[in-house]
Amino acid sequence: MSYALEINGLEKIYANGFQALKGIDLRVERGDFFALLGPNGAGKSTTIGVICSLVNKTAGNVKVNGVDIDVDFPGAKRHLGVVPQEFNFNVFETVEDILIHQAGYYGIPLNTALERIDMYLAKLGLSDKRKTRARMLSGGMKRRLMIARALIHEPSVLILDEPTAGVDIEMRRSMYDFLREINEAGTTIILTTHYLEEAESLCRNIAIINHGEIITNTSIKNLLRELHREIFILDAREPLPDPISVPGFALTRVDDFCLEAQIDQGQDLAELMSRLHEQSVSILSMRNRENRLEQMFVSLLEQAS
Amino acid sequence: MTAYEQWVALLTLMRKEVRRYTRIWSQTLLPSAITMSLYFLIFGSLIGSRIGEMGGVSYMEFVVPGLIMMAIVTNSYANVVSSFFGSKFNNSIEELLVSPTPNHIILLGFVSGGVSRGMLVAIIVTVVASLFVDLNIHNYIVVVAVVALTSILFSLCGLINAVFANTFDDINIVPTFVLTPLTYLGGVFYSLELLPDFWATVSQANPLVYVVNAFRFGVLGVSDVSVGFAFIMIGAFTLAAYLYAAHLLRTGKRLRT
Repeated sequence: MSYALEINGLEKIYANGFQALKGIDLRVERGDFFALLGPNGAGKSTTIGVICSLVNKTAGNVKVNGVDIDVDFPGAKRHLGVVPQEFNFNVFETVEDILIHQAGYYGIPLNTALERIDMYLAKLGLSDKRKTRARMLSGGMKRRLMIARALIHEPSVLILDEPTAGVDIEMRRSMYDFLREINEAGTTIILTTHYLEEAESLCRNIAIINHGEIITNTSIKNLLRELHREIFILDAREPLPDPISVPGFALTRVDDFCLEAQIDQGQDLAELMSRLHEQSVSILSMRNRENRLEQMFVSLLEQAS
Repeated sequence: MTAYEQWVALLTLMRKEVRRYTRIWSQTLLPSAITMSLYFLIFGSLIGSRIGEMGGVSYMEFVVPGLIMMAIVTNSYANVVSSFFGSKFNNSIEELLVSPTPNHIILLGFVSGGVSRGMLVAIIVTVVASLFVDLNIHNYIVVVAVVALTSILFSLCGLINAVFANTFDDINIVPTFVLTPLTYLGGVFYSLELLPDFWATVSQANPLVYVVNAFRFGVLGVSDVSVGFAFIMIGAFTLAAYLYAAHLLRTGKRLRT
């Protein structure tokens, strides 16, 4: 069976000579929730631009659900829904008109479009904004409008470029729930994001792109398994002894009630707890100092450069 | 896309375009009525009464077809250039570019907006003109054909201008420095017979000469150029503009990076 997205040897050299993509290969399984990560200028948006025809590629080929964009681009576009990073609708049009127009461009008749508009506006919490001009919407609402617009033709592959930028936490969570729901219903989702915890909590597979090259492409579980070291912050119930040490563990006393513990792969966290308990240190709570994926991401970028 | 889906896409674009200019009718439809009323009053009625006949008809009758055509040219051009550039400026053109809508439907959709505005303004200006002069159409087929072809031609030119424009200034340069002089020198206010031979020959390179004279023939039955040749020239200009606009959309010039 063909992939939801298959990219082979994709290259892009802009008119000024800058090579944004250096022959990337990428495969996304159907039904996957896939993260494409990379620092600013790594080539994420260029890749998305080529897939959805806003950027002309220099070399390579792209297939969406097995349809080659060089052979049948309109056919490939039918499978794709795209939520770009920047707002790209006419802000003087109403929410309803923007969605009617987008449906029309995919050949969806008005009555079908209106039914879908009802459904997606309700799901995305925009029903009461139906007749509102887009310029009157908040940033989060505009973002949700773009998601509704990308789904109006019911694509099998949804690409979201930084979908939660500028969206508050509550709205972000409801957006996550919505994306999980449509993914469970069978839509393949490809996400680029700067919120790495977003990728960690939503996505199953991940590719990291840097300087126009894919530097890793694996499952999130596999990627995190490669993480050799984690730093935990431990909050104590009583003031900590000063100094404090546990043989075999690197500890840093942050303040009277807070301790930082570096746990390397193979070390036992339970053993650390037990040894602290022997010193009458009772731990109230514990958390990661930083996002695990973020650590991995930074370390991979450092290795690549 | 199936033929039906393409039809839906075309209707969507047409609906969008028509709603755009009717929503701002005071900026798109009203100015032509006011400007042309002033032209009819000053050039036709006040000054024209002292000029007497031109091309075998009263001066007022002589200028009416040219002024109607001038309104069609400027409105069909202005509609497409501002709508298409506006879509480029706010990036909403991407809605179309990422969709499977074929390029010929995109062209037809924008052009139909320009054509419909050109025709609507033509009707308004004709109604205004009928307050100043009795119009007896000489040949309806010629009138309809010239209006349709001209509005298509200048809608296409507006789209080409919009593709190349980077700023709102760029969409005013061509109408101000090219279209207006060509219109004024295209025989709207005078017969080419008045020009010295050299300038009359130079005028043959001006597409507005064919547009104005073919329309004048349709309305009054008089023309400075052969109507058949005028149709060939207008048709050739329209075909060239269509092919170039289609080429621009196909290659994505200034639309895709």
